[in-house]
Amino acid sequence: MLDVGRHPNITLLAYSELEKLEGEAGNFKAVVRKKARYVEEDKCTGCGACTQVCPTPVTDLYNEGHAQRKAVYSWFAQGIPSTHTIDPDHCRMLNGKKCGICQKKCQAGAINFEQKDKFLELSVAAVIVATGYEVFNPEKMPEYRYSEIDNVITALEFERFLSASGPTAGHVYRPSDRKLQASAAELEKKLAKSGKFLSRFEKKHGMATSDFYASFREGTLNADGNEGLAKDQNLWASKYKIHLDLEKEFEILKRKTDKISSAKKIAFIQCVGSRDLRFYPFCSGFCCMHSIKEAIIAHEHDNETSSVIFGMDIRAVGKGFEEYKIRGGNSSNISYKRSRVAEITKDASENPVLIYEDTKEQKIKKQTFDLVVLATACAPSERSSEIAGKLGIELDAYGFFRTDPANPLDTTRQGVFVCGCAHSPMDIPESVAQASSAAARAAHILMKYNDKKAS
Amino acid sequence: MKKDKSTSHESPRIGVFVCDCGSNIAGHLDCPEIAEYAKTLPNVVYVKENLYTCSEAGIGEIKKAIKEQNLTRVVVASCSPRTHQPLFSSSCAEAGLNPYLFEMVNIRDQCSWVHMGERAEGTRKAKELIRMGVAKSAGLVPLNDIESTLIRRVLVIGGGIAGLSAAQALAGMGLEVVLVEKTKQLGGLLNRINRLETGKDAKEAVAQIIDDINSKPGIKCLTGARVRQTGGYIGNYEIEIETQNGIVNEKVGCMVVATGAVPLIPEGLFNYDGRNVISLMELETRLEKDEIRAGRVVFIQCAGARTSDREYCSRICCMTGVKNAMFIKKKYPETDVRVLYRDMQMYGTSKEQMLWDARGMGVRFEVYSPDSMPEVENGKVKFFQAVTGKTISLDTDLVVLSTPLVPRSDSSQLANMLRVPTDQNGFFLEAHAKLRPLDFAADGVFVCGSGRYPATSTEARTQGIGVASRVAAILFKDKLVKSAIVAGINPDTCVGCKSCMSMCPYQAITYNTEKRICEVNEILCKGCGNCAATCPSHSALLRGFRPDQLLAQIGAA
Repeated sequence: MLDVGRHPNITLLAYSELEKLEGEAGNFKAVVRKKARYVEEDKCTGCGACTQVCPTPVTDLYNEGHAQRKAVYSWFAQGIPSTHTIDPDHCRMLNGKKCGICQKKCQAGAINFEQKDKFLELSVAAVIVATGYEVFNPEKMPEYRYSEIDNVITALEFERFLSASGPTAGHVYRPSDRKLQASAAELEKKLAKSGKFLSRFEKKHGMATSDFYASFREGTLNADGNEGLAKDQNLWASKYKIHLDLEKEFEILKRKTDKISSAKKIAFIQCVGSRDLRFYPFCSGFCCMHSIKEAIIAHEHDNETSSVIFGMDIRAVGKGFEEYKIRGGNSSNISYKRSRVAEITKDASENPVLIYEDTKEQKIKKQTFDLVVLATACAPSERSSEIAGKLGIELDAYGFFRTDPANPLDTTRQGVFVCGCAHSPMDIPESVAQASSAAARAAHILMKYNDKKAS
Repeated sequence: MKKDKSTSHESPRIGVFVCDCGSNIAGHLDCPEIAEYAKTLPNVVYVKENLYTCSEAGIGEIKKAIKEQNLTRVVVASCSPRTHQPLFSSSCAEAGLNPYLFEMVNIRDQCSWVHMGERAEGTRKAKELIRMGVAKSAGLVPLNDIESTLIRRVLVIGGGIAGLSAAQALAGMGLEVVLVEKTKQLGGLLNRINRLETGKDAKEAVAQIIDDINSKPGIKCLTGARVRQTGGYIGNYEIEIETQNGIVNEKVGCMVVATGAVPLIPEGLFNYDGRNVISLMELETRLEKDEIRAGRVVFIQCAGARTSDREYCSRICCMTGVKNAMFIKKKYPETDVRVLYRDMQMYGTSKEQMLWDARGMGVRFEVYSPDSMPEVENGKVKFFQAVTGKTISLDTDLVVLSTPLVPRSDSSQLANMLRVPTDQNGFFLEAHAKLRPLDFAADGVFVCGSGRYPATSTEARTQGIGVASRVAAILFKDKLVKSAIVAGINPDTCVGCKSCMSMCPYQAITYNTEKRICEVNEILCKGCGNCAATCPSHSALLRGFRPDQLLAQIGAA
């Protein structure tokens, strides 16, 4: 990323979209919409002071919704360019409210609420499509109850949990437990607030709340001649009652949260949305290895972790992959089960319960786990048909950009090439190799055109 | 060209620039105090604190100070040299100061970021780091980048689909290619295959590419030839090729390894006899000659692969097995075709579709486990059917063993000659498994196709085309420019013990038999410093990291 950002021959247009492509191979005119960031790119140094002062919290989608960012933000810490962006859906200023605190804080003078989208016309010889893919939404699959059971998450959510810079700083805490912790923290805040309120009465009347309440309840409170106390007594008592209830609630919750430990028994379910005629008939290619990798890393973090990977076939099909799979089984407490899990339910402790057929023993089994990770399909990008329309290229039967196996980078329009998961599901080395190939094809077009111009 | 403000014998004039990095450094360290401290260090004549040293204004400050203060060294205390050293040193060069007289101190990543909330201690550490940087910078000497010429001609070893695709793409970009093929015919493994998975005739597909190659004037094809010797370095390799008409010498700028792999002959596996128990490759030949007379055909996948002695999965055999199973079923619909497998490796879109289609055509798939391997004997295949829990015995007329692609027996010889590594299975080992799949760690040498790891014809073609752009990125430059931070061996003190040679991971050191000393090839050297650390007579030195420079730095700590 850094190399691309710094390369003298590369102009990076991040936060931009293609609007139109006209012309032909060797001589295209592309119109690109550069979306307003409300931050001037040439001034912003990426210091992040704006983010620190921004008062508006927004759900952080980079962390799969398990953390919060601000309305002025950078998508992730090492992003290139480091230019920050104001989220127009959430920024107070851009929604007609008073704020502008980031603008005051920015020493570079980079914040510009008046910025508008810009349209750039580019003259290019060739186009490479590398728009990637989208993760399948497992809510579409009722049997896995993704939206109902907190501790059923996707592989990408798990990736964030495993990350040292993620929402749990690399510890695998279950979403249900994090919810408990969050409500305990909230309750603690409430308690502190009500305690403060009560202490005001204590100071005013020179009496401990518990003493006051005891005599208030017994009817021995003497407020005669004490106008203040006579006026305050009912409110004081009712506030204290609420405080006591809160305390009780907090104690119960605390007992629960004290018992929380990280997830130790993890199930991975393969082919969620892939190899499934209801959704995508194809194999997503990389998810088997992704699950194995996640299971190995989870075990590295905590040696007590054990994982079961449920799949129809474990497709460890790449250089060193089968060896990696075996290593995971031998030294990372991973077992591989040939099965397509039928259903997930949950028990009283929020533990997901898997129901599946063990094909080796020909038995229907039930097994309880701490956490279930769904290896979701590599789905074609939802906007791929729109992109195809703009580029004047065709999609294949699955929704990826069509190529011919004999010319694996060439789309149906001359001079437009495709690589990576926009082409079909593939892993990193294959994507990188394809990207090099697409570059070679594009260079070929460029040279042909230059030769023609020269002659 | 401006004259370098290099070190004369006068004492150095050092400028120190302390960066706030907005609040990234100044938020956690006391930058004004650090700047004040820097002024007290020996030879420091100028200190400036900047909000952002990397901004246009910050760079301007550096350039201005070099000129006005007549600085002969620049030290920037800021972030990571990984990201910002090139910017700062080139800015020095623009102001007329040799870029190797620049020194960088990281007071962000390794100081302010890791010591947040410990302002006093962090500030103290930053001062110490700067003191060390200043001490080292005083001893720096001006150096010049190393330049070398590039020959725009490429050697491709192997004339299969990967090598052909590489040659075609390279020639398409205007580079000259020397294609060396061991056998007498171009086309590689595809010549022995009946049809591709798309239904296309394999030979026709490869013939199209060969025709195109033959029509291109920039490609010199040497068939029945073998690379005998290689020498030189990136941009200037000297190659000796043995051909049917004698030795041919070539000079090339880069080399591409596209030597492919060979199908395992399953001797001793599942009672292989080459008649009723045959390999997948033999099936291809029979299908081509239309010699299949069998009522029942059983394919056994992973024959000789994913075992304890050959652990890897060969990637393409499942697809090839299903392709042929479908072909048989289509041509002879009455034939009973079964595939015994462990995991069907039909990754991606079109291969998984083949699996759906094969099932639809009536090809039957039966899973087996490596703990109970199928047995083949007297026309019967016996296997444990997991779904029913029964052992099944099938009468068969033909058993096809899907065997893996294995590395060529002579690939290690080639690897030695090119000084590139192979992996535990004997395939060529790329520079980085994920991010540099087509490069070798050695500059100027690349790999594609099944020599790296089994690949389908489409994948091999993709990789071949990809290699072309990796090569072009080097050869389209006017000249090779590399950092002057390389090792040098003092010829007067070297005793020729060769200790450094075995430590050099880049084979950049050779022994001069005449002078009886070791010598460094500056183009091959990557400046790792292994030789300097090893040399018992301190003759090997790494420029920019000489002992006196480092000792000064350590002494200041």
